[in-house]
Amino acid sequence: MRVLQRFYLVEVLSGVALTAAHFFRNMGAHGRRALGQKSARGAVTIQYPEERRPYSPRLRSLHRLVRREDGSPRCVACMMCETVCPAHCIYIVATEHPNPEIEKVPARFDIDIGKCVFCGYCVEACPEDAIRMDTGILEFASYSRRGMIYTQEMLLSLEPAGPDGRPQSPIPIPADRQP
Amino acid sequence: MPRLTINGKEVEVPAGTNLIEAARRVGVEVPHYCYHPGLSIAGQCRLCMVDIEKTPRPTIACNTQAVDGMVVWTETDRVKETRRSVMEFHLINHPLDCPVCDQAGECWLQIYYMKHGLYDPRMTDEKVHKPKAVPLGPHVILDAERCILCSRCVRFCDEITKTGELGIFHRGDHSEIGLFPGRELANPYSANVVDICPVGALTDRDFRFQVRVWYLDATKSICPGCARGCNIEVHTNRRRPHHAEGRRVARLKPRYNADVNRWWICDAGRYGYGAVDDKTRLRAPSRREGEAVADATWEEAIAAVAGTLGRLRPDELGVIASPRMANEDLFALRRVLERRGIRRVGCRVPPREPGDEDDILIRADKNPNARGAALLGLDGDAAAVLAAARARQVKCLWVFDHDLLASGWPEASVEQALRAVETLIFTGPNANATSERAHWVLPSAAWVEREGTYTNFEGRVQRFRQALEPLGQALPAWDLLGRVLVALGAPAAPPRAERWFGELAAAVPAFAGLSYRSIGDAGQAAATGPA
Repeated sequence: MRVLQRFYLVEVLSGVALTAAHFFRNMGAHGRRALGQKSARGAVTIQYPEERRPYSPRLRSLHRLVRREDGSPRCVACMMCETVCPAHCIYIVATEHPNPEIEKVPARFDIDIGKCVFCGYCVEACPEDAIRMDTGILEFASYSRRGMIYTQEMLLSLEPAGPDGRPQSPIPIPADRQP
Repeated sequence: MPRLTINGKEVEVPAGTNLIEAARRVGVEVPHYCYHPGLSIAGQCRLCMVDIEKTPRPTIACNTQAVDGMVVWTETDRVKETRRSVMEFHLINHPLDCPVCDQAGECWLQIYYMKHGLYDPRMTDEKVHKPKAVPLGPHVILDAERCILCSRCVRFCDEITKTGELGIFHRGDHSEIGLFPGRELANPYSANVVDICPVGALTDRDFRFQVRVWYLDATKSICPGCARGCNIEVHTNRRRPHHAEGRRVARLKPRYNADVNRWWICDAGRYGYGAVDDKTRLRAPSRREGEAVADATWEEAIAAVAGTLGRLRPDELGVIASPRMANEDLFALRRVLERRGIRRVGCRVPPREPGDEDDILIRADKNPNARGAALLGLDGDAAAVLAAARARQVKCLWVFDHDLLASGWPEASVEQALRAVETLIFTGPNANATSERAHWVLPSAAWVEREGTYTNFEGRVQRFRQALEPLGQALPAWDLLGRVLVALGAPAAPPRAERWFGELAAAVPAFAGLSYRSIGDAGQAAATGPA
């Protein structure tokens, strides 16, 4: 450290000066823009969650289960995702599908988001393209571990995100988070 | 004995051996579907083609007997090309629905296709559709589209059970496996067709959609369903407890033993594992006073049982041992009896319904170790013990495994005997009407939760291994009896089943010279002498 830096007051004052410079430059830019000068651009704060930045289409967000035309799950409960999942966060129980051509359907399909590492292997492994991670939903906070478990019904109700990456369906709220 | 050369390796085989078996001896696997060593040769699948020198075309190995001086090549380009073409032919109408197929993971179509297959299918036409998910009987379900028509199941029903329920119907690529009109695949060995089906055409209804096979662990074991002692594998699911409603034992599969069961087991044995994960399992020692039942610790239970055994005169004590107990347990029990000089010991309790029997595998005696109990001298008449209890000569009765109230004896007389004793002790893995009347219940581990040996009706000592941890606080019966023995003042009890067996072999002439190592996987005959 230089001798000057050892006097903390000098460093503190230079920091305050830097912050102040940014503040007044931004205030000037926003002021000029408000007065009609379109080329002036100050720093921008995005008012999340009312405003969102566009997400990349490749973003891996909350999973959803793809539906068939009749609304039943496309999933055939083959357990490929459950097997490949490195976090062991998928729980599937299979049952008989009324149509023997389809043969199998999940009786239970739970994802424990609290354990999920968002690797996307489940999407890669799926032979039926029945699970996708394209909902754009990234808000999963919960008061309990139980509340991190997303059931088949919740995952089936989700829609893919819009072209700008914004979620199209409301964020599913597990039972213990409901007001 | 013909000498032949397979892939450059010379081998001498008994006359009449076919080329698949001869190749197996030199460690060469010839892929095949329809050939099964326990069945006649069909030559149906055409996959086992090999090149034989001085033969113009590839020849099927299953139906070609080894001949002196034969030179066989199993991996030439021509053979590989043939295999690939045959596989392509098998798969023309196969639905390739491996993800939903229960056979996936243990399917020979998958295995051979990965090794020898043509990866880009050339089939562009619509596949022939056939019946799917058709129940053939109580245990077997058919998916005719997956079938490659190897006819193993047909030959099994014709040759092994001689019931002939199955046949191949229609012609050409419309051929399909099916039942003869009015028939049902309900013979006592029906589920063996699931094991021998090389593909997913015949699957197990009991196991259907329960667990994917790659989650299962296999443990060598012995079927406890009857005195035959068929060699089996216990398939357990410990990795995904949410499958199959938490049942740990997923299924039993036969294990080859040339001298006992060959490749087969009966359906009663195969589906007889339900009690292991049943609600009736006893999880902790418990004591009953009047109507109140309370869990106890092992220390309390062992001290109480040993106290009772030590307090009473030997002729006031009665024991009904069980032919379902392993040799180690019975020997530990014998040590306890010897220590207290107890003479009132029985083992044989008549079943309510006489057991069925046939000349394939099933034995009328539904106990796995009746012979072992006899060799250990514990097969006295249990009726005499019960009669003594009824006459109030027995103050403490220790019952192992049996539900005396569900036996062939009249319920009222059993009830009277059980009520006459001061202390009734029950040891077994599952609760029953007898255990409900017991003052002390000491839970023992089920057979898949421990090591041990059974002696089958021919006197063959066979070893079963531990596949699972005991449920709750249950202990192997030899452990529990060892603790009682120590509480009665013995210096120490062997800490492992193997050591108990060592003591047994040293003490009982019939078991002399036997050890877990010498028994191995295939079992070893006890010196039963003139029977």
